[in-house]
Amino acid sequence: MKNKFKSKKILAKIATHITLIIFAIIAVYPVSQVITISLRPADRLLSTSLEIIPDNATLNAYVDLFTNRPFLLWTANSAFVALVVTLTGVVFAAMAGYAFSRFKFIGKKIGLLSLLVTQMFPATMLLLPLYIMLIYLGLINTYFGIIIIYTATALPFCVWTMKGYYDTIPFSLEEAAKIDGCNQFQAFYKIIVPLASPALVITGLFSFMTAWSEYIVAAQVLQDAQLWTLPLGLKSFEANMTTEWGLYGAASFIVMIPVVVLFLVLSRWLVSGLTLGSVKG
Amino acid sequence: MNKLSRNIFIAFFVGPTILILLAVVFYPFIYNLIISFSNMNLRHIKDWELIGLVQYIKVFTDPTEPTFFNVFLKTIIWTFTNVFFHVVIGVFLALLLNQHIRGKSVYRTLLILPWAIPQYIVALTWRGMFNYEYGSINLIITKYLSLPAVEWLKSPTEAFLACILTNIWLGFPFMMVVALGALQSIPHELYEAADIDGASWFQKLKNITLPLIRPVMIPAITLGIVWTFNNLNIIWLVSNGGEPSDQTHILISFVYKAAFNLYRYGYAAALSFVIFIILLFISLAFMKRTKATEGAY
Repeated sequence: MKNKFKSKKILAKIATHITLIIFAIIAVYPVSQVITISLRPADRLLSTSLEIIPDNATLNAYVDLFTNRPFLLWTANSAFVALVVTLTGVVFAAMAGYAFSRFKFIGKKIGLLSLLVTQMFPATMLLLPLYIMLIYLGLINTYFGIIIIYTATALPFCVWTMKGYYDTIPFSLEEAAKIDGCNQFQAFYKIIVPLASPALVITGLFSFMTAWSEYIVAAQVLQDAQLWTLPLGLKSFEANMTTEWGLYGAASFIVMIPVVVLFLVLSRWLVSGLTLGSVKG
Repeated sequence: MNKLSRNIFIAFFVGPTILILLAVVFYPFIYNLIISFSNMNLRHIKDWELIGLVQYIKVFTDPTEPTFFNVFLKTIIWTFTNVFFHVVIGVFLALLLNQHIRGKSVYRTLLILPWAIPQYIVALTWRGMFNYEYGSINLIITKYLSLPAVEWLKSPTEAFLACILTNIWLGFPFMMVVALGALQSIPHELYEAADIDGASWFQKLKNITLPLIRPVMIPAITLGIVWTFNNLNIIWLVSNGGEPSDQTHILISFVYKAAFNLYRYGYAAALSFVIFIILLFISLAFMKRTKATEGAY
């Protein structure tokens, strides 16, 4: 009887592993495709082989990317935009989320609901008016315009995430800090902010991704090729008569690396930080 | 803290967010509403005038190919199918990962991968994979499953299915992570008590796990519905702007084409507003049914 129970348990374990392996392969396979494309020699881009590492694999596309294309410029542009957006996104969301979590004030309910409602606006609804607005303000072909837009795109989700997480931190911590002589602001950044770091990580990651991988707004705002961010550069490999698949694959792979590394390093925090307003305030 | 300094504190903390959103989101919203009552298009870009509800009438009655209702129906299918599979796969994988198994963090890491990759890369890569002759999906189907190759991108149904498959792939990790977080917060004692009572695995799932992750999943599903409904990237890039012959559009890609390929600004503004109202209605209905915002403030 006991043996039967044990073997049943082992079978369940094996089934779990097999299922997870299948899903992991499905998750990883398209990524491996990008690598395959980037390694193919130029005369064999259209291939019916299913090998991950193609025959006569070559790094030519990578060399081409760095020597003949302004890839480093695009990377620097993207990094600059993404870092500023991350910083502003995290700071503003940390502050706004705190006020929404800790205080009662006029317009609080409306404010929180409007944050949710902003997510329902179709991109097209905002894109054309924004474009016209940026022309009037002379902000076409500037990073200022695009940074503000990206920050606004990321903020609603970030504020909700922060608010949800602050709600899980007991009020008594700040009260204790105030008895010890902290004012409200000190209690916020000395006590609460460090405790909320899992949510800060999510907020930062989300802001970074918004800016790092956005194409549609960038295509309207950054028309000067000197200012192009990575998505615009990558799309340009596709825009001509023939797609330069090798370059596209190589560039895609390099673009993925920082985001994937961030996700991998932070994946533990992701799980604990995403509370999405799940708790009562 | 006295009342004045408390109010200053709140204004200082909420102010920047509100200012940015007013400028970038709410002002364009109003502007869009005005354009939707106008005749603005490429020929009338500066000298446009208000023409009342004409554009709204056009949205519902214009004999566009495909019609508004056709696209609307596809949007509903798109949203429902995607979110359904995101949640089912996400929760299923989270349940598997929430046990004591070896290599748990490796699995979790690999399974998060689809979320980490920029959407435009995902879309173009999958488009390549759906290629009839050279795409790996057809190669796998014909070589290993001995089935006939599928014309993924040339026929409307298959092309739409290709977009859905791509989007399911990219969306399940978010739900998985949310579900994992929720599962970890369930106290162990509940399961121990259930074990003592001799509850089966299924009974524990139905009576403990699912009800307890529900309050976390509902807001995530609401967000999922909203994001999927308005996801332009995947449809636009996988089907290459609605190919074949505009048969794969959902509302958001349909209106994007009207605005930026056909320059029908007034019409696009009206359609955008209609989309927003539909989505608002769906989300409110969903939240009301599930009482999602209960306890959110």
